[in-house]
Order: sequence, then structure tokens, then C-alpha cells
Amino acid sequence: MRRARTGALAAALATACAIAPGADYAPLPGGEFTSALPQGATPGTTAVARVAPFQLRTTPVTRAEFRAFLALHPAWRRGQAPAVFADAAYLADGPAADDRPDVADARPVTEVSWFAAQAFCESEGARLPTWLEWEFAAAADETRADARSDPAWRQRILSWYAQPATATPQDVGGPPDLHGVRDLHGLVWEWVDDFNALFVAGDSRNQGDPDTLRFCGAGAISMADRDNYAVLMRVALLSSLSAPDTLRTLGFRCARPATGEPR
Amino acid sequence: MTSLTRRNALGLFACAALAASARAAAPLPGDSVYQLHPRLVDQDGRPFDWGSTRGEPVLASMFYTSCEMVCPLIFESIRRTVDAFDKPVRDRVRVVMVSFDPERDTVAVLKETAARHHCDGRWSLVRGSAADARRIAALLGIQYRRLPSGEFNHSSVISLLDAEGRIARRTSTVGDVDPALVAAAKSV
Repeated sequence: MRRARTGALAAALATACAIAPGADYAPLPGGEFTSALPQGATPGTTAVARVAPFQLRTTPVTRAEFRAFLALHPAWRRGQAPAVFADAAYLADGPAADDRPDVADARPVTEVSWFAAQAFCESEGARLPTWLEWEFAAAADETRADARSDPAWRQRILSWYAQPATATPQDVGGPPDLHGVRDLHGLVWEWVDDFNALFVAGDSRNQGDPDTLRFCGAGAISMADRDNYAVLMRVALLSSLSAPDTLRTLGFRCARPATGEPR
Repeated sequence: MTSLTRRNALGLFACAALAASARAAAPLPGDSVYQLHPRLVDQDGRPFDWGSTRGEPVLASMFYTSCEMVCPLIFESIRRTVDAFDKPVRDRVRVVMVSFDPERDTVAVLKETAARHHCDGRWSLVRGSAADARRIAALLGIQYRRLPSGEFNHSSVISLLDAEGRIARRTSTVGDVDPALVAAAKSV
């Protein structure tokens, strides 16, 4: 009898410990990757990029997770974060640090600025994924690491973009892809670390104009894969944002190197 | 520690405390770039307090040393802009250049770069973590992206900060002095 109780206690403790560490990260192998953004040293040219192995949060950060962050980091509460870090609509629809758990808890947190998203990730020893990492992860489907050339896959992703943006985001936890990552498509837009560096030139032939001076080295870029509309729309959206901006449809997830150390 | 150096140390401490309390007296505006507290080091290896230039006009930009095309022009533009300022502003202005390539721009490299561009005492060339560089770029509206080759795509923006660290004016003019920036400096 006593032994059984000890066993039950140990099991309960083990369960508690398994839940406590929180964020769930999936390992991604990285490797050579052809981005929809040209990576070449001269404007408009493509080059294969190398993505180092990394880990990615399996879901976007939820409202419940962000509320826990606010409880520990008062400087990031609505009304506390200075304007230079977060616009007036920051967390306008919550969560707030003193909110009670509610039905919206499993929804992705949105209306967060890039600065706030970055601070959240740092608080769990992580960072925002780079665009390349995000794009690498988002190229996968249930069975393939890179499904991008499949017209059926593209069509499925595009169908989400046809839905009205006013709809409230669903809970996180869609079906996992090959890597065990969920909700990269179909839920919310996501911040990336280098969101403001994806600049797309309208026309890469304009290299003789003052832009060659505005943009050093390789100059402004153009899209390498013009048929990948889903990626194009994300790049266009992210490029239009400033770091304090917030949107009702824009959330984030965090990444960390395979070793577990922030880079 | 001798009593003399201890007294010096105490004096220094008192000065620092006074400066801190003076700063604390007036709350920093919400749109000040000094709301950020990055950990930076200057070209002499000293910790650089990002908010230490509060009270003075500042020209701020970003660069990376191995850049051969535009970055030397940015240094040149800033030097000529400073020369174009009226004497009172010219005497007070500080220049803060943040590297977005902290991996390669070590303190020694910053020191060398400062010497090569004849940077005087007004200039601070600083480096910090990659994350801090990204945050400063976001504040200053500077875009940069590392390419597989190790080179960077980046925009060239020079910001004029007022005494409270608010961006009074930005310019993308490089290689020449932007008269609008010089005009704006009269009222910061």
C-alpha cells in the first residue's frame, strides 16, 4: 500500500516535471537550401544558402505563455512598454499579466511588436528565427522536407491567404509536419529576426540609380522564385513593417541553435 | 588601496551618482532610442553606455569594416556633415557608429577603422551582441542582411538624434552632405 502510494507520487512528480519546462522545440536538420530570396553576392542572383541545424518552437507562442511572460517582466506590459518598442495597439486585446485563464489561452498571441517578441524569446534562452530558418521549416509538409515544387502543396497554402484576415486565429496545434512543427501555415503571420532586411526591389534592372548607394554591396534584391506566391506575400508583409508595429494577425515563435545555446 | 585613490574613487562614484540622479530627474520620452539598454564596447575596449550621449546631439549610423563600397562613404559623409554644422553644434555633437558585424569587428578592428577614417574624440565605434545590433538597426531604421558569402546587404541611413535620443532627422544621402540634416541640427 505504502509502496503503491510512493509510486503514484513519483509518477505525479515525473508528470509535473515533464510539463514544467514548458516550450516544446523540435530539431531541424538544416542543410543546403534555395531561398525564394536571392542570396547571391550580386543583385538578383541566387546562391544556395546553408542553414545550420537549429530548433524551432513546435507552435506559435500562445496567449497563456505570453501572459506568464508579462507576469515576470512588467516592463513589457501594455502601457509600460515605451512607444519606441511597441505601438499604441500593442496587446490591445490582451492578454494582461493579471488575466485569469480563459478560452482564448491556446490561441497564438498577436498584437505583439518585434521588440516584445524578441524579449519573450530571450526570456526562454532563445531568439526569433531568421527568415532563412523560417522559410526552411515552412518548406516541409507531412512527408517531405521540401514540398515547395509541388503545385498541390502550394495551392493548399494559398487557400489560407484567401480567408479574410478579420477572423480570430484558431488555437495552436494543427497537424505536425515532417519535423514535428505545427501551424507554420494557416494560422498567423510570424515575426522573424531579420524581418526588416528582406527588401524586395521592384525591378532589379534599376541598379544604376541611387539605390546602389543606398544599399551597399549586393544592392537591393529581387525575388528568385516568383511563382511562390505564399512566400512572396510573407516577404511583402514583413518588409512593410517597422519593429514597434503590431497586427491582430501577426504572432511569432522562437528558435535556438541545435546545441541549445542562443547564437 | 591608499586613502587618496579611495577618495578619488569616492569622488568618481559621487559624480556618477549625481549624473544618474540628474538623468533620473527627467523621465526619458517613450520614443527615445535610449529606452534600449544594449551592452556595447567602444574602439578602446571600454564599455559604452548607449544612453551616455543623452543631452547632446548625436549622429548615429551602422557599418561593417570589411565593407568596401558604401561604408567608407558613410564615414566621409558624417565627417563632412559635422564640418557643415554651426560651431556650437559642431563642438557638442557626438558620432556613434554601431557595427552590424560584431563577429569580425573586434575591438582591435574598430580601433584600426577609427584610425583609418581619422575619427576624432567625438566618435565612438562600438560593437555588441548580434541581437543588440539587430535592435539598434530596428530603432534607427537600418536594414541589413548577411549573405552566404559573408558580405552584407544593407541600407545606408544616418540619423540625427536630439538631446533626448529622439530621431530628429534621417538621411539616406551618402557621399554628400544632406542640407536638410544640417538645417535640422540647428534646432536639436
